[in-house]
Amino acid sequence: MPSEAALQRKGWAFVVPALLWTLAFFIIPFAVMVMYSLWQRAGTSLVKTWSFDNYASFFEKSHFVAGLINSLEITALVTVISIVLAYPLAWIIAERVSPRWQRMALILAILPFWTSYVVRSYAWLLVLSRNGYLNQTLINLGVIDTPLEIAATRVATVTGFVHFFVMLLTLTIYANLVQLSPNYRRAAADLGANGFQTFWHVILPLTIPGVMVGAFLTFVLCIGDYITPQILGGNNELVLPQIIMLQITRRADFPTAAALSIILMVVISIAYIACARWLKMERT
Amino acid sequence: MNKTAITSVVALIFSIAAQTSQAQDEINALVWCDHTDPEFIQPFEQANNVKVNLKDYEGTGTALSIIEQSQPGDWDVFVVDGVDVPRVVEAGLLAPLPENGLPTADLFPEIVMPETHVIDGKTYAITEKFGYNTISYNKNTVDAADMKDISVMWDEKYKGKIALYDYYLPMIGLVAISLGIDTANIQESDLPAIKEKLFAMKAVAKQVGEVVSSQTAIATGEVDILVGGGEWVTAGLTGELPHLDWIIPDQGAVRWSQSVGVFADSKKPDLALKFVQYILSPEGQARLATSSCYWAMPANSKAGDHLNDQQKAALRWDDQKGYLANTQLYPVPSAELDAKMQDIWTEFLQQ
Repeated sequence: MPSEAALQRKGWAFVVPALLWTLAFFIIPFAVMVMYSLWQRAGTSLVKTWSFDNYASFFEKSHFVAGLINSLEITALVTVISIVLAYPLAWIIAERVSPRWQRMALILAILPFWTSYVVRSYAWLLVLSRNGYLNQTLINLGVIDTPLEIAATRVATVTGFVHFFVMLLTLTIYANLVQLSPNYRRAAADLGANGFQTFWHVILPLTIPGVMVGAFLTFVLCIGDYITPQILGGNNELVLPQIIMLQITRRADFPTAAALSIILMVVISIAYIACARWLKMERT
Repeated sequence: MNKTAITSVVALIFSIAAQTSQAQDEINALVWCDHTDPEFIQPFEQANNVKVNLKDYEGTGTALSIIEQSQPGDWDVFVVDGVDVPRVVEAGLLAPLPENGLPTADLFPEIVMPETHVIDGKTYAITEKFGYNTISYNKNTVDAADMKDISVMWDEKYKGKIALYDYYLPMIGLVAISLGIDTANIQESDLPAIKEKLFAMKAVAKQVGEVVSSQTAIATGEVDILVGGGEWVTAGLTGELPHLDWIIPDQGAVRWSQSVGVFADSKKPDLALKFVQYILSPEGQARLATSSCYWAMPANSKAGDHLNDQQKAALRWDDQKGYLANTQLYPVPSAELDAKMQDIWTEFLQQ
């Protein structure tokens, strides 16, 4: 029988690669980013004096704060709309589609992931533009006389995001739904609950963890994205990642970009903590 | 294995080794997208058995951030906005060029710009291409007469039909011209008035976009006017989209120019200089002027011998004298003023 020390060594041998990975690809880069955020850009040179000026400038410049507010508003909209659309879709696939066709339905659900993110955004631009397919169709059907101005607006950005995230949420919610034992439904029926009551009081609460996991993934991916707002939003309102990119590409101002990125990370961390605490409360 | 087979294998190995030893030389160039056109780059590569690795960027800030992330010696040739040459020279990025190896005398005199290219008696860069940030428009959908007045940039008549080019320097320059301020003399005290006009532009604009999305917007009919556009948007499209045109308003417009130089820490300065000489040659200039990414005037006046009449007409070759007289260079702000301009631009985008 191996000694406790041998078991400990074996345990460390399994853990060390993961620790090294985290150190190399998260902790060290993050420390570098924190260090950069405390430096300043002056003209074309980097001033390596530590200060919180870059963080202070975030609160001093209204367009920076507006960027964060835009990011939060768009992310909240996308998350809510995606959940509202994804839940029924996942439920139909899990409950109404025969097991034979479920696999096909899931493949169809993940098809959008196979296309390049940039190509998908430009494709939406072709659909939503003034002379795009949507407007042409509505005009040809006599629904509208003049084209709708959708491209280069927040509606276009949200549409592009929702297209992607509905599929992500569908998968997480579906995974949760199919794991539920049929005994829950039987028990609810035995106690006299009808179909809606069973769903509302039994199924929905049990699938909230799947919804929350999908919602958190949506939140993180959406709030950090800059390509979709850049292509579909027409630069008519900036989200925080676009402002971060501007600091790098226009000014080579890595310190401000690092400070803004850390602020964004703090927001995501708060969302994660809230999400984790909520899920923990749900379990207890 | 018999002796013949062994001999063949050895011969093959030597042959591969010999080919490897004759491998192509390579240089790395940081350029605007017009240099990435194979029609432009391949003749140089084939003639010199060299591979030119191209990294395209948009805006000097982007270039500086790329350089900052690179190792010394990574880059050999640098194409940069003409007005930014002094600051990249000040940063020690460019090496002096041998004056006798460049066709400076053949350049259009107005765009030689010794005040930006010659520092302490040494020439660090040379103009390779120039054009205008002005107004491009769709002849079928707008009144061409309206385009002669620069105030069309905030004309309510075209609300929702205007795209704005997302580059703060020429756009601030255009607004300054509309306010009667010389682009070379923009002061901090002028910024409130410039900001007000920029915001007025945003209020009537449909979108703000970089090169590709600006071109796409006007080419697809998403917008009818592109402020900040010019021949670089429409000249290359005249064959397919003859309804697109451009104009310099009566009040004037902004003139841009690209310069090319050799990096101070290039490991292959001779080959890099050879590439610069190719770019400045009449043949290279004609190819660069009609590059698939965007067309614009070649700096070398002798390039005209290698352009056909249709290409010259699209570039308005014969009108250049008047255009050069009625346009002003990009603003060249100090670092402090530049930071304030960029803040205003970000605020403008956020409107």
